[in-house]
Amino acid sequence: MSKLHTVNKSPFDRNSFDTCLTHAEDGSAVLLIEDGVYAAVAGGQTAARITEASARLKVYVLGPDLAARGMADDRVCAGVSVVDYGGFVDLAAEHDAVHSWL
Amino acid sequence: MKFSILVNEGPFTHQCSDSAYQFTKAALEKGHEIFRVFFYYDGVNNANKLAEPPTDDRNLTANWSALAEEHGVDLVVCVAAALRRGLKDDILASGFRISGLGQLIEAGIQADRLVTFGD
Amino acid sequence: MSDNNEAPPPIPPDDDEDEFGVIKKFCYVNRKAPYGTVYALESLEMVLIAAAFDQDVSVVFMDDGVYQIKSDQAPEAAGMKNFSKTYRALEGYDVEKLYVSKESMEERGLTTDDFLVDVEVLDAAALSALLAEQEVVITS
Repeated sequence: MSKLHTVNKSPFDRNSFDTCLTHAEDGSAVLLIEDGVYAAVAGGQTAARITEASARLKVYVLGPDLAARGMADDRVCAGVSVVDYGGFVDLAAEHDAVHSWL
Repeated sequence: MKFSILVNEGPFTHQCSDSAYQFTKAALEKGHEIFRVFFYYDGVNNANKLAEPPTDDRNLTANWSALAEEHGVDLVVCVAAALRRGLKDDILASGFRISGLGQLIEAGIQADRLVTFGD
Repeated sequence: MSDNNEAPPPIPPDDDEDEFGVIKKFCYVNRKAPYGTVYALESLEMVLIAAAFDQDVSVVFMDDGVYQIKSDQAPEAAGMKNFSKTYRALEGYDVEKLYVSKESMEERGLTTDDFLVDVEVLDAAALSALLAEQEVVITS
């Protein structure tokens, strides 16, 4: 079973991002949405974890949620792909189940 | 593919309902089927037709109703969660219906994917 | 859940007999503490319903969710309803797969002696493997 994991919390506020990365199996996908998108921004404390994670997981961030928060796509860490809602739907369809880390 | 959606928060405090709505709309645009959208916890407040958000802001309740109208999306509000929060049939927006939690389990069984949006 | 009128009795699927033939792995992942927010209480109501549909139900307590099954809860003093006994009733609904994250438990200074139900304690690797095989994951 391959999973799509979503994280919607800022990594600076809650531990959803950390818990998700700890429990996401190799080869699964992680999509950062809502306040979760802050984890993908380069130059912050989470950048190292994102880089580490992208070696074994596919990491995505929801573009509309980045834009809403004033973060341009080019602020995102290397190894993270930006998708729109259609991309979110595709990811949900491509994986066997969706686990939302709230 | 058949999707079911679970919405756990109301339309005003948290982005969850917006995300769920945008996902549902995108899935329909891609030709997928939405088996059901189930509203639980404060998510039941999405169905309150008495809410009047400022006219220059989006109206999620109206947006959900439009999805039901245009695409026949089944919008189900949990009866137990709704009673707690004072949401009854007479204030239910069009396209929504109140039913039991069994409808959520059925949505999980029948759909290929259940996607949860919450806080 | 039986001492008030808030939770209706389990409602079986209305007319489609085929539904009973499908058994999926339903997993409820609880990561929030009780009482501070309503999530623990209403999540428990979802668990009971899935069991009534004869699904393969697992319940996971991790992060602050481990506090949900702490023994000796007495929320009456704070004016709230004590729903903790319902966890003990899960067995009667054939919900017997209860798992606790070892790391979450230990980080909080808890041991299995603190819990009001029997649970299986899983380390991160074992819990990851368990979560990976679930078909319907309901989180709150």
